[in-house]
Amino acid sequence: MLYQPQTRDQGHPAHQLRVRNLTTTLPTSKGHMAAVSDVSFDVAPGEVLGLVGESGSGKSMTLRSILRLAPPRAVLSGSVQWGDEQLLTVPAGRLRALRGRDIAMIFQEPMTALNPVLSVHRQIDESLAVHTDLDARGRRTRAIELLDLVGIPAAASRVDDYPHQFSGGMRQRAMIAIALAPQPRLLLADEPTTALDVTIQDQILKLILDLRDRLGMSVIFVTHDLGVVAQTCDRVAVMYAGRIVETGAVSEVFRAPHHPYTRGLLGSVPQSGDERRPLLSIEGTPPALSAMPKGCAFHPRCTFRSVRCEVELPLLGDIGAHVAACFHQAEVMAANRGGA
Amino acid sequence: MIGAPPIPAVLEVDQLNVRFAARQSVLKRLMGEPRREVHALNGVSLQLFRGETLGIVGESGCGKSTLARTMVGLIPPDSGQVVFDGTDIGKLRGSERRRFNRRVQMIFQDPYGSLNPRMTVSQILTEALTVHRMRPRPAIAARVAELLDLVRLPQDAAEKLPHEFSGGQRQRIGIARALSVEPEVLIADELVSALDVSVQAQVINLLLDLQERLKLTVLFVAHDLRLVRHLSHRVAVMYLGEIVEIGKTEELFAAPRHPYTRGLLDAAPDLDPARRSRVASVRGELPSPVALPTGCHFHPRCRFAFDRCVQEHPILTERGDSHLAACHLVDFGSPQSAPADIGATVV
Repeated sequence: MLYQPQTRDQGHPAHQLRVRNLTTTLPTSKGHMAAVSDVSFDVAPGEVLGLVGESGSGKSMTLRSILRLAPPRAVLSGSVQWGDEQLLTVPAGRLRALRGRDIAMIFQEPMTALNPVLSVHRQIDESLAVHTDLDARGRRTRAIELLDLVGIPAAASRVDDYPHQFSGGMRQRAMIAIALAPQPRLLLADEPTTALDVTIQDQILKLILDLRDRLGMSVIFVTHDLGVVAQTCDRVAVMYAGRIVETGAVSEVFRAPHHPYTRGLLGSVPQSGDERRPLLSIEGTPPALSAMPKGCAFHPRCTFRSVRCEVELPLLGDIGAHVAACFHQAEVMAANRGGA
Repeated sequence: MIGAPPIPAVLEVDQLNVRFAARQSVLKRLMGEPRREVHALNGVSLQLFRGETLGIVGESGCGKSTLARTMVGLIPPDSGQVVFDGTDIGKLRGSERRRFNRRVQMIFQDPYGSLNPRMTVSQILTEALTVHRMRPRPAIAARVAELLDLVRLPQDAAEKLPHEFSGGQRQRIGIARALSVEPEVLIADELVSALDVSVQAQVINLLLDLQERLKLTVLFVAHDLRLVRHLSHRVAVMYLGEIVEIGKTEELFAAPRHPYTRGLLDAAPDLDPARRSRVASVRGELPSPVALPTGCHFHPRCRFAFDRCVQEHPILTERGDSHLAACHLVDFGSPQSAPADIGATVV
């Protein structure tokens, strides 16, 4: 028998994530630095949100902050509302109960996220024992069902294997099985396919989408690969230097980016038909946390910049629609149309 | 590009085989078990023509990096040969070998690991220039400045150490070092894989520009199909130590003639959200290169496999003008064959 989800009422407000003005500052030798600044977004039940950005953009830190998994000395502010609970202020015991059961997380490198000295069965069992009231036999059956669900061949004979006996793709599948054991409502996926080959990535992405459909959960997908976002996400939030600079439905943002950074990112990916022609690259490199430019953090690399960008911080506006934090959106859109 | 009259290849590999000893426990060795070997390259032959960019694409463990390293002479092949300008590089000694080393340069994937952290950029470039006696001593400083200009690094970069640069800038230093000795062939192994997307595009643009200006021949090894497609005139697809398909970029991408190439193309996430598929393009995982499957190495993952694929190993055969594929289904992907056969995405 396959893993059957309990009947669940989709669209229940209890399973909606609302993040408002989330700011995470990290202590450094030069004082507190904001790794995540004023980030707001919603994830509706059953929705897949892509959080995309380059290294250091704060996308992983945002994800970790949701579950208060940021480094111990980090200071969090703002609001992360899950149903009617405030995750940033909820007592540690309650948070522990929510972690895993309601909100699960999978990581980029399954070999470091899995315990090498415990069998895969023990690691799934650990999660089942905490979050379900099944007896030992029931949990073993469930563990095998879960491995089967995530596509591990001959699950019954592989369940007692250790992580090193699995290939990279299978480890990622095992990690997904562990995360799914308590039937979470929200899956936080931190670059889950970055370390994998493209054919295996393809399998894992499609597996996550299938599971989303079958188990009715929401997903936040952190990635640097715009192709992955285009193929898997319903909505996207583009991050730069700790802030969301553009957000909206994937189809709209990809068709007509409003922010110069999003436009540059999309242009940096080679497209068919443009072989051996220069790519629309972005000059320079992302700023370090310790040397954040004044005004719009992107202005030193931006071809649309004006004096205003150097002094004033553009704001995002209403996050429900397709919005960008830029003073020159009209010019960016005109450039899109001009095909320049 | 490759014209009608046969242009002699600059660099050519012929029936290259490379094996590495697999790790084996002392106990098993004492028990007299035969040494196990990783089959990194199995009879790879290809030609690199002057002025072209040949892309080598494949997943991890397919042997693409081993091929690149063997072609610059970093790994001696177990059998087969690498021929440069008509001579087997395995037979080159002394000054001839150094001359080859100068004319065929490699740029490595990891810009952090391939630059000496205790040498300034100027020292790194000066070393390369003096070892190969590229310039008389007094002219070296001017040449260093010229090279920095070439890869668009600021002049004050010369006195800095590698750790003071970002990843993209470090990769430029690697390129400057390779170009300092005025090579004819550049072998780039995963040149931009470690870089962020926006920085990747800068380095790709630089490489395109330099190739045009310096008339370089480039072997571009990468796992990213989009990059390979963008840069290459011709593309070779590798799977488990073999070339399974090779052809001109447009043809190979428009109508792949090997099921693995097709699967690889379908698996690469498309940037167009409207073109989504919910079916995985290739099933299963890469088999161990220690115990290769019988027959066609791809058959356990191929949904078109039939009896013959299990028994008989296919060799590269003609599929069109300089387009080769190693598959028993000679009509696979052919424009003449039934379209249902190619487009099907059934697992």
